[in-house]
Amino acid sequence: MFENLSSRLSGVVKTLRGHSRLTEENIQDAMREVRMALLEADVALPVVKQFVAEVKERAQGKEVVGSLTPGQAFIGVVYEELTRLMGAQNDALNLAAVPPAIVLMAGLQGAGKTTTSGKLAKFLKETQKKRVLLVSTDVYRPAAIEQLKTLAAQIEVEWFPSDISQKPVDIALAALDYAKRHFHDVLIVDTAGRLAIDEAMMQEIQALHVAVKPVETLFVVDAMQGQDAVNTARAFGDALPLTGVVLTKMDGDARGGAALSVRHVTGKPIKFLGVGEKLAGLEPFYPDRLASRILGMGDVLTLIEDVQKTVDQDEALRMMKKVKSGKGFDLEDFKAQIQQMKKMGGMGALLDKLPGQLSAAASGQVTDKAVARIEGIINSMTPQERQKPELIKASRKRRIAAGAGVQVQEVNRLLNQFEQTQKMMKQFSKGGMGKLMRGMKGMLPGM
Amino acid sequence: MFSFFRKKTADTPQEHQPATAPETPADAAPVAAAEPAAPVADVPTVPAAASVADTFVPAPQPQEKPKLSWAERLKAGLAKTRDKLGKSLASVFGGGKIDEDLYEELESVLLTADMGVEATTFLLDDVRERVSLKGLKDAQELKGTLKDALDDLIAPLEIPLDVSGHKPFILMVAGVNGAGKTTSIGKLAKYFQGQGKSVLLAAGDTFRAAAREQLVVWGERNGVQVIAQESGDSAAVAFDAVNAAKARGIDVIIVDTAGRLPTQLHLMDEIKKVKRVVQKAEPTGPHEILLVLDANTGQNAVSQVKSFDDALELTGLVLTKLDGTAKGGVIAAIAKQRPVPLRFIGVGEGIDDLRPFVARDYIDALFD
Repeated sequence: MFENLSSRLSGVVKTLRGHSRLTEENIQDAMREVRMALLEADVALPVVKQFVAEVKERAQGKEVVGSLTPGQAFIGVVYEELTRLMGAQNDALNLAAVPPAIVLMAGLQGAGKTTTSGKLAKFLKETQKKRVLLVSTDVYRPAAIEQLKTLAAQIEVEWFPSDISQKPVDIALAALDYAKRHFHDVLIVDTAGRLAIDEAMMQEIQALHVAVKPVETLFVVDAMQGQDAVNTARAFGDALPLTGVVLTKMDGDARGGAALSVRHVTGKPIKFLGVGEKLAGLEPFYPDRLASRILGMGDVLTLIEDVQKTVDQDEALRMMKKVKSGKGFDLEDFKAQIQQMKKMGGMGALLDKLPGQLSAAASGQVTDKAVARIEGIINSMTPQERQKPELIKASRKRRIAAGAGVQVQEVNRLLNQFEQTQKMMKQFSKGGMGKLMRGMKGMLPGM
Repeated sequence: MFSFFRKKTADTPQEHQPATAPETPADAAPVAAAEPAAPVADVPTVPAAASVADTFVPAPQPQEKPKLSWAERLKAGLAKTRDKLGKSLASVFGGGKIDEDLYEELESVLLTADMGVEATTFLLDDVRERVSLKGLKDAQELKGTLKDALDDLIAPLEIPLDVSGHKPFILMVAGVNGAGKTTSIGKLAKYFQGQGKSVLLAAGDTFRAAAREQLVVWGERNGVQVIAQESGDSAAVAFDAVNAAKARGIDVIIVDTAGRLPTQLHLMDEIKKVKRVVQKAEPTGPHEILLVLDANTGQNAVSQVKSFDDALELTGLVLTKLDGTAKGGVIAAIAKQRPVPLRFIGVGEGIDDLRPFVARDYIDALFD
């Protein structure tokens, strides 16, 4: 089962790999693929052009590090560059101001400002124990104020009444006054959706910004937005000193290229992702996840990255030397590998990062429990047995099984798997992290 | 009692759906080809709407302003779009000869308009072929060629909506969150009222906070009847509304639904149910299922059309928010990958700014 899974997974990587060496020509081809992928993901064309040029430069200058295949190295560059462009990880809200800290929401019609306001209020209330006040200055869309009121009631956050006959600035100032007198920590000011080219409306939100002096001005962007994201973001960025971006409707199947465009144009961090209509659906932003989503690869790249990051290079080198020197791979090493896997968050976390259908296929098959059991069995062996597994005969097996609380058959199975792995290890003349990782698949029981 | 009813509706039409599914794309296409030249002669009957026109959005259309023709309005709405696109095109068509650099620039222009890789490639190939066929040399002539190519691609989508066949004519509106469904419904209601039809709205968005109020408030202001329920599901609201429309002799009923992303499978099932339940109340309905698309949306609009078409068998599209800088070029991608008639486009916030789609006008507004 797992065999099948991992072959499918490596298939994904292979289609991108396919060449044994990075040549100028196959970078061109691959760059074209990447360009198409980015355009299909709705990354704005100027951003795509610049990105492609940068990656090309980096990929050509870069030598392929020993343990990586050229394909992996290439993906690595694209991916790193994309992640870097997307900015810092999970940049939290800066609410360090004399209370009330004011958060101003801005964006196009239908981007999800009101829903995000509600989600943000709930998030601040629950995770940071803030006293939040919500106020709507949307006096244009019918029932927009009502919508925020309903949301506020659902999350049990205080809502400041406003009326369509009032001016947005007056509403905001009244709410600010109220928040001060009632000791609210945070005031979230929802605004009407507006087109960036609607000068009157842009002036209105500028006036609003001047009046309330928010510590956070969040630009709310629909993840489905297309090429125009560049123009919109530029116009909003010019009009308002934005402090961050919220990307909404991330539960859809849009690849979210707008995020890259907006990030590129405004230079502001993406602070949250809006997921779903439920009010709990506000998630921190991880640039690496979004990078692979834009590239359209599930989180396969994250997986590769995790493997590269977490597997201890020294440990790997030590093991490779051992294999090369012909000194046999023993159960101690086997255990070390399992521990490395645990560092990566266990099988569950690894599986979560595979594309949907793959992880569904694998769930229930590979469990952290099985891994823990292997560890238990190895822990029940003496150091001598671990180094020389051939010592383990019937009575030792019984003792080990009793010690680990398993059946003798499981000890047998482990020893069989170990033996296979050992054979495989001997075949590695050159070695490499990828091969080591692939080698591990043979070690897990029941597959 | 109610759950029994629900369960029953869930069972029957589901078997029924796959059977009808293959027919629709087949007969939608010939229609598209057969009657593209039925222009919308009856559109400018708006004077009746003038008295209420200013209530919906506070960007009032001054009455003293002379009535603009439809093409002029579209042009005004797309002015900023055109500015951007026009500028980049002006440099492309500025003169000189037709060479690879020119095609590359053309490609950028089309991609920037959200036409997507596939439609752009298709259009460019088409333009190349025409250029070599006609032996064109000058970059100036390329513009007309491009317009023709684009026209050939999207003109089949130009099929105006005809509501005269049924009474009540049941129109169902679907779309993702924030596409502008409820706002478009308001404009549609005005549009039909302008044609002298009586309109009834069904506040089927029972999920989003205050969506019902949004429609009810709008209805009150504009003297349109709205059927709403305190709670309950949208299918029930739709059922009631259809029956009410029959009883009251209403011409057009518009059923609103909650915004949903196609990835939310349970919500897609729910909207299928709304359709089935409407069919219970009126076996010939719904007569039109419109998907509302936001012109700001990128290539995801294509997958929205596909998903909603698979679920509901769409009969039309509405493209909103064309008054911004977004160009709505994604309709070219839609025309290429899943052609569904584009019934209306929204070119402004004013109540009259939802108009039937005319391919040539759109292209002219985009390029001239």
